[in-house]
Amino acid sequence: MSGRTRFIIGGVLIVAAVVYLIASATKANAQYFLTVNELLARQDELVGKNVRISGAVIGDTIQYDPQKLELRFTIAHVPGDNKTIEAQGGLAKVLHEAVKDPNRAHLDVVYYGPRPDMLKDEAQAIITGHLGEDGIFYADELLLKCPSHYEDAVPEQAEGGN
Amino acid sequence: MLAHIGYGALLLTFLLALYAVAAAVYGALKGRPEWVESARRAVVLTWPMLTLSVLSLVALLVTNQFQIEYVASVTSRAMPLYLKITALWGGQAGSLLFWSWLMSAFTFAVMLRSWQRDREFLPWVIVVTMVTLAFFLSLNLFVENPFARLWMTPDGRVIGAMFRPHGAVPFTPRDGNGLNPLLRHPGMIAHPPLLYAGFVAFVIPYAFAMAALITGRTDARWIHITRRWSLAAWLFLSLGLILGMRWSYDVLGWGGYWGWDPVEVAALLPWLSGTAFLHSVMIQEKEGLLKHWNMVLIILTYALVIFGTFLTRSGVLSSVHAFAQSAIGPLFFGFIGITFSISLFLLMRRWDDLKSDMRIESLLSREALFTFNNMVFMGILVVSFWGVIFPILSELVTGQKVTVGPPFYEKATGPLFALMLILMGIAPLSAWGFASAKRLGRLIWIPAALAVATVVVLVILGVRSVWALVGFGLVAFVAYITLGEFIRGVRARMRRGEPVHVALARLIARNRRRYGGYIVHLGVIMMAVGIIGTHFFASETQATIPQGGSISLGHYTMTYDGLQEFYANDGRHVARAIVSVYKDGKKVATVYPRRDFYLDSQQPMTIPGVRSTWLDDFYVILVDWQPISVQGATFKVYHQPLVNWIWMGGIVFIIGTLVAVWPEPDPEEAAAKRKKKRATRQRPVPRSARA
Repeated sequence: MSGRTRFIIGGVLIVAAVVYLIASATKANAQYFLTVNELLARQDELVGKNVRISGAVIGDTIQYDPQKLELRFTIAHVPGDNKTIEAQGGLAKVLHEAVKDPNRAHLDVVYYGPRPDMLKDEAQAIITGHLGEDGIFYADELLLKCPSHYEDAVPEQAEGGN
Repeated sequence: MLAHIGYGALLLTFLLALYAVAAAVYGALKGRPEWVESARRAVVLTWPMLTLSVLSLVALLVTNQFQIEYVASVTSRAMPLYLKITALWGGQAGSLLFWSWLMSAFTFAVMLRSWQRDREFLPWVIVVTMVTLAFFLSLNLFVENPFARLWMTPDGRVIGAMFRPHGAVPFTPRDGNGLNPLLRHPGMIAHPPLLYAGFVAFVIPYAFAMAALITGRTDARWIHITRRWSLAAWLFLSLGLILGMRWSYDVLGWGGYWGWDPVEVAALLPWLSGTAFLHSVMIQEKEGLLKHWNMVLIILTYALVIFGTFLTRSGVLSSVHAFAQSAIGPLFFGFIGITFSISLFLLMRRWDDLKSDMRIESLLSREALFTFNNMVFMGILVVSFWGVIFPILSELVTGQKVTVGPPFYEKATGPLFALMLILMGIAPLSAWGFASAKRLGRLIWIPAALAVATVVVLVILGVRSVWALVGFGLVAFVAYITLGEFIRGVRARMRRGEPVHVALARLIARNRRRYGGYIVHLGVIMMAVGIIGTHFFASETQATIPQGGSISLGHYTMTYDGLQEFYANDGRHVARAIVSVYKDGKKVATVYPRRDFYLDSQQPMTIPGVRSTWLDDFYVILVDWQPISVQGATFKVYHQPLVNWIWMGGIVFIIGTLVAVWPEPDPEEAAAKRKKKRATRQRPVPRSARA
């Protein structure tokens, strides 16, 4: 076998390894990214499955037990599609309305660990975990986003025109 | 007033950039150098103009001009001056302006170089850089205006606009929102500008590559000119990434430093393609190989730079980093699509001109191993890119958003990083053109034997994890090879009678590229030690303890000695615990894990207390506390073995890059100088006779 052939075989092997790694790792680790509505609609089939969900944190429901490091809160459904969110006036507005609207689908979440700094009313929570038989979502990982927009904070401090 | 100056300067710069593009194209196509020169002057003007714009914004920021939308959204009265200045890149509009400013600054520097030997490149470098600049300026001008003022409309809404909307009255908040507390960290203050500097500096080699394709001057000249730009871009990007990791470790309070967050990955992508590029251009310079490949890599790097800026700034992906949300996404996608297509079209047009001078003929030759390493880098890039776009792809194909988390990245990139490490060690040993397994074997058997010995020692010391042993074995092997290269070089010099320190200094100084590269490799090895250590041996625990109580983790015990609460004068309420750290029963440190509460943004921030040594970190987080009750406080405690090797490795890595980037005389100029010297000494040799 010439050196060139062996070189080409080496290259093909690397490409094959990359393809294999991507395929197997994707298969083993892919998880649905769902809204609260979608999760609840497919409850039966998804109980116990590892999924990722997104929703708006309802501030009044946050309870933290530092003894057990047990964090409980409720999230409200927000649309998952970026375009829909833009059309409804941006993430901050969508989150605000989701929390205020009592008719939205709600989901109780439990998480064990330190209370995240960004967990507050109207934060967007992106949660990885699974839905339990009891209808509670058991979170392994919590990501929080706070769209800080001046509209939220400013009007109360308004000073009139100048 | 200042806002109008700033906006006016932006608008003028935009027009200058457009003019420069038009004049450069006209001058180049019609063969009118005076038009190209006029374009060059317009380009030179963009930097002072944008500096004026940036200074206007900084002045607005530091003087609390909260009637400006951007100022109100990223600063507040209580913030110290340096944070008000750095708030320039704390939000979307400002950071885009900052991006443009860097772009114009770098282009300014390029414009001032000596162009005598590369006149034909000049107009096209102007076109590429100014089109890029104009795109970013248009985002600032038409979508995300940092100078927009706040207005109250008749129906009571507050909106931002440059000019008075119908019926609106000016509106001035009493105080601003303040910078997100998470971003108030030295690492985070330096992280975005460094990352951006890295992003922007890669535009320069791309511009020269495009100029080479357009003019048909497709030799390695564009690579020689931009070698140092590429290295500088890489240096900035590496520094930005390392500081980002450090920020994550210090601020996010989870004991980790890299979470495969889409935005982290977005910054890693151009670094990966850039690293591949830096290595493969060496092969083109030495052997005239891989010319197409280098073009592909720099085109890809440019696209990934724009993509990275877009990801961090558009909020298209769910990520903790996406502090910004806006409608600029489609514009970015359009720009990436158009520039990428044009670049590929230009490459296709010159495809035949870029045929290699030689072929790779040996599996173990250095060019073959470099090529393999390039493929591994691309493999890691494809894995990472796949992970980022998988949710979008899956939604397009199945209508269902499916994501992959950190385990996906770890599983898919782990073996590739290991392969990269091996190739990194072996490739520099093999020879250009042809190398035999026998010769390579002679060079690596000592490091291999030492690596096996190291693994045995680790087993005796009690390390039992098989994969960790494999990892440490590999790292040791590569470390011994790389150190061996230094020893070989130093010994060769010592035989000529140089003392050891002189030999080492000269060895590095005389071959800066080569030994700078080896130092970078040593930095990578050190970082690998830290990554293996934290990946396989980290542990954590948590407990609620009364004052005087203690928590144990491994060899460590911490006791909770007390709590202090006070207001800091920069708008924080601070609660900090006093914690003593004992190792094997002996007191080794006092740390102060704390919780800062930012009054302006009503947000807490948890700062760990860390006892750090080269062997391990003991990392304490104050989770909760009861000031009066006997319950005391809750702590979460992490033990992170070898994590400091990541930061030390990062420093070594940066030093190595600095050595490699340090100016050496331009080889062609140096050759010309030598020639001149020779010419004065001896009779000039006719060109034909020499060739």
